[in-house]
Amino acid sequence: MQWTSVQDFLTMRGYGLYVWGSFGACALGMLIEPLWVRQRLRTIQSRLPKRELNG
Amino acid sequence: MSNSVINWFKYASPATFYPLAGRLVPWFSGLAVLLIAWGLWIGLFVAPTDAQQSEGYRIIFVHVPASWLSMFIYCVMAFWSALGLAFNTRLSGMLTAALAPTGALFAFLSLWTGALWGKPMWGAWWVWDARLTSQLILFFLYLGFIALQSAIDDPRRADRAGALLALVGVVNIPIIYFSVQWWNTLHQGASVSLTKAPSMAHIMLEGMLIMALGFWSYAIAVVLTRVRCIILERELTSEWVKRNAVD
Repeated sequence: MQWTSVQDFLTMRGYGLYVWGSFGACALGMLIEPLWVRQRLRTIQSRLPKRELNG
Repeated sequence: MSNSVINWFKYASPATFYPLAGRLVPWFSGLAVLLIAWGLWIGLFVAPTDAQQSEGYRIIFVHVPASWLSMFIYCVMAFWSALGLAFNTRLSGMLTAALAPTGALFAFLSLWTGALWGKPMWGAWWVWDARLTSQLILFFLYLGFIALQSAIDDPRRADRAGALLALVGVVNIPIIYFSVQWWNTLHQGASVSLTKAPSMAHIMLEGMLIMALGFWSYAIAVVLTRVRCIILERELTSEWVKRNAVD
């Protein structure tokens, strides 16, 4: 374990803005995109004829 | 010797590919979550502090996977484009269209994380360096592909136009990759290459490769989901969509 305290970890010894700015942007992008795509799939599937396709 | 012939084109039709993609998405999603969690654990908690860059180097665990993926996705787009133009297969165009937004996301994340890494290390968010500039061009190529396709109503014509752009733009990928060797760049050379031993600590390399695999699994899961959307959108009125129970 590299960190002596939570404070140490959060500040990344002075590089917190850059490290968390990078990880945060990736997390944001990789959370929003799947939700967006799944929503798109749901929308299309809801337009399909109910009887055959949404059973 | 069994004379069963492998039917390579079995999954070349949207109707057979759609359920296959549906079965694969959960596996790749789960794999992505596991690998990224493992990679984050190594990257943030196990890998040691870097002697020169202190904790700032930890950005490598997202910057390199995103950069690799942004280049690789464009190569896959070019592959499907060539196949689509050669065999006139509908699914090729659909897959190419499904890849572009995810490629654009990772090209952007590569530029973003690179800028956040460059500021503390180089003192600048951006420099017109060969590597950064060619990566920016890649990002614009992705946006250009998406804009081109949405500007053409007929999907098949949009596929062909997009395929040409993807094939022309693929020349940019080796430029990005070799830019650090061809030109005198601020961006560092390859720490990992197929021809020589990696120039980074083993644990750092391990964490980075695990994150890269996690990013790839994520991309496969999202692209397969998006291609299912495109298949349904384009084939909404076709018989197989009406006849089949689509899960």
